Amino acid sequence: MALLAVNNLSVRFGGLLAIESLSLEVREGEVLSLIGPNGAGKTTAFNAISGYLRPTGGEVFFKDKNIVGRNTNDIAALGLVRTFQKTSVFPNRSALENILIGLHLTSKQSPFAIMLALPSVARDERLLAAEAERILDFVNLQNKKDELAGALPYGEQRLLEVAIALAAKPKLLLLDEPVSGMNPSETASFMAKLAEIRALGITILLVEHDMKMVMGVSDRVVCLSQGRIIANGTPAEIQSNPEVIRAYLGERHKRVVS
Amino acid sequence: MKAAFTIAGLVVLATLPWWLDNPYILHVLIVTGIFIIAAISLNLLLGYAGQLSLGHVAFFGIGAYASSLVSLGFDISLLTLKPKPVWMAMLAGIAAAGLCGWLIGRIAFKVRGAYFVIVSISFVEVVRLVAVNWVELTQGPMALNNIPPLSLLGISFLKKPSNYWLVLTVAVISYVLVKRLVQSKAGRAMVALAENEPLARSVGVDVTRTLVLATVVSAAMAGAAGALYAHYIRIVDPDVFLFIYTVTMVIMVVTGGKGTLAGPIIGGLIFGLLPEGLRAFSIKPEIQWIIYGVLMLAVVYFLPAGIVPALKRRLRWLS
Amino acid sequence: MDQFLQHLLNALMLGGTYALLGIGLTLIFGIMRVVNFTHGELYAFGAYMMYALVMRTGVNFFVALVLAIALGALLGAALEFVLLRRLRGADIDTTMLVMIGAWIALQNTEQLVWTGVAKSIDNPFPAAPLVIGAVSVGWNRVFVFVVALLLIGITYFLIQKTKLGKAMRATFQDRDTAALMGVQIGSIHTATFALGSALAAAAGALLGPVFVAYPSMGDMAAAKAFAIVILGGLGSIPGATLGGFILALAEELGAGYISSGYRDAMSFLLIIAILVFKPTGLFAQKERIG
Repeated sequence: MALLAVNNLSVRFGGLLAIESLSLEVREGEVLSLIGPNGAGKTTAFNAISGYLRPTGGEVFFKDKNIVGRNTNDIAALGLVRTFQKTSVFPNRSALENILIGLHLTSKQSPFAIMLALPSVARDERLLAAEAERILDFVNLQNKKDELAGALPYGEQRLLEVAIALAAKPKLLLLDEPVSGMNPSETASFMAKLAEIRALGITILLVEHDMKMVMGVSDRVVCLSQGRIIANGTPAEIQSNPEVIRAYLGERHKRVVS
Repeated sequence: MKAAFTIAGLVVLATLPWWLDNPYILHVLIVTGIFIIAAISLNLLLGYAGQLSLGHVAFFGIGAYASSLVSLGFDISLLTLKPKPVWMAMLAGIAAAGLCGWLIGRIAFKVRGAYFVIVSISFVEVVRLVAVNWVELTQGPMALNNIPPLSLLGISFLKKPSNYWLVLTVAVISYVLVKRLVQSKAGRAMVALAENEPLARSVGVDVTRTLVLATVVSAAMAGAAGALYAHYIRIVDPDVFLFIYTVTMVIMVVTGGKGTLAGPIIGGLIFGLLPEGLRAFSIKPEIQWIIYGVLMLAVVYFLPAGIVPALKRRLRWLS
Repeated sequence: MDQFLQHLLNALMLGGTYALLGIGLTLIFGIMRVVNFTHGELYAFGAYMMYALVMRTGVNFFVALVLAIALGALLGAALEFVLLRRLRGADIDTTMLVMIGAWIALQNTEQLVWTGVAKSIDNPFPAAPLVIGAVSVGWNRVFVFVVALLLIGITYFLIQKTKLGKAMRATFQDRDTAALMGVQIGSIHTATFALGSALAAAAGALLGPVFVAYPSMGDMAAAKAFAIVILGGLGSIPGATLGGFILALAEELGAGYISSGYRDAMSFLLIIAILVFKPTGLFAQKERIG
């Protein structure tokens, strides 16, 4: 069953067509990777799916509901959560507070209950704190919980970012280049973490440039070029697809020329 | 340790009128206290939710006018109102300010940053011009006079010590409310929006809801400060909407440390008592304001995070 | 009908100066991303310089006008150099706080130097107005309008045709790329602030002799400049030009047909209405960042 179905999604910036009738399905439980050269429209697709950008045309069904035009926070409440290409944490808050913010949707506190300091609020805060510790444990950041997120080393910030997203209890997790900038050993341990996330029953849509990672973790791969899908298949099929090779080589070729 | 300090401080503050037999200083403390309440309320919006509202005095003024009008009663072509007890009027002032906060929150947060700042300034100016021109209701520049003082449970708040305790109580309540909010889900959502809005949205934080909540609470609290002011000073004119009062609140918050609970209190004490100190040296008001302006520049350049965070760093460094 | 025509003419005469104010502010915001709260004080500065030069020193009116504008540019350059240079890259709230501090300090300095008493400035124009059919307009107003148009023209020329203008436009488009291409961002910012300030001072120097000079005159001018800039879209010079005339018209009609007490409310009401209903301004094409 398709957890996410994208039908004929188009995004236009002024006269520029960033995505042209993109259609794809993410099935429950799988890891689907979206690859393609720079400027192919991967992040734009993420932005359109997660409600950061209103598509010019097309539909996005998540759990059979059309989510085009809904607010990002409502989409998150449905269980579709994303991360960002550039490291994105709450820099002046501790790692633990970052996760507590991520638990926003789990938390049940009305403003009146908070201002009256009802016991239910204190109870909820205790539960949240325990949950946050558990999530930090999961990404092995338990010993960093009181450090400011902005002061953590790069690799740990990226992990924290994923942990924030996990705190929002996603059914579908959209990861935008999670290992970019990581060294090979950090990447390897992230791949292992991804397997654990998957084991939690979370479906993953991944945008990534690191081909070793893509080929290692994906069930299926979709290749975008200039806003259109040019190939779709298993990692092995994609690796040998001449169109894909041309798209990537073409880009490298262009780079050499310029 | 910290609790002991807090209790000691509160005891000193609460017993002050008994051992400080100087009505003038008490008056200065009452007015400073009222401004500290306003600064605490502004801190929720500016320090935690990260919205530089330069229209904050509008809520203060609306609280003052609404409370005064309800307590005095009015008779305009649209509506006639008999004078109501002052406690009821003060609640009406708080409600009116909160309602305006809700309205402004709904419409103004469509825009952010520089635009929000300009909208907030414009809002206050429009309200001020209404207060000047709607003479039938507000008496315009002639001011609302003879505003009755609060009297509750047989106690009249006409004298300075009782006003002092009233202001102190409201200030403590405001502090506690803000503290509870920022240490909970609601406050975390505000902080999250201020620090990284896209990320906050991605984990389900509703931008409008969060900012409207911050504005309503903040506005109602500023309205309470305005109501206290009106029934203490007992005269209200359109000058309560002057931009300089907003600036004073902003300076208090920024100097003390925005986004810290103690910041507005420290900043409020400094800028509440400073003018009195300057007056003691018989310094002209213009020079006093120039000093304000220059201090504002100095704080931004040398203490951008404010006094409280700087002190905390120093303490951590010592231990 | 005649009354309406008279309002239209008044608006036209006033609109030129409003446009000057708006262009100055929008330039500074567009290129430097600074919300300039001292803009109104530069306006007041222009008026007070006219007073100082014409009434106190006896300088010829026209020479004084040129000097006032030049001094405005100088003060602007100094403000940028002293206050803003070290804040480049700071967030917009920080620069706003600094500009507010500077505004308070400047305004009270004016009050200190010139006292709160309004100062009137003599002008050399004939007192009898120019009568065209059923409408009339003072010669001093005509002069203000013509000079304002001239200055707007010079500003356009400066920005479109000169090397400095090119560098300014490049900085407006993309600061980082412009810096990479060898544009001295620091000098561009100083020049921009000087130019914007000169325009504000010019507006003050022109209108000061029409009305009077008083210390808080800058506040209303700043509010109007903000309204104009928001009307035209932050950063848009043609928008600010048109916005100046629109605001002048709105004020004239508001004062003429609603109530003169609300004349000054027009700019704020316009700001709120525009930002609520069409936040990009009436003429903006570029997506807003603020």
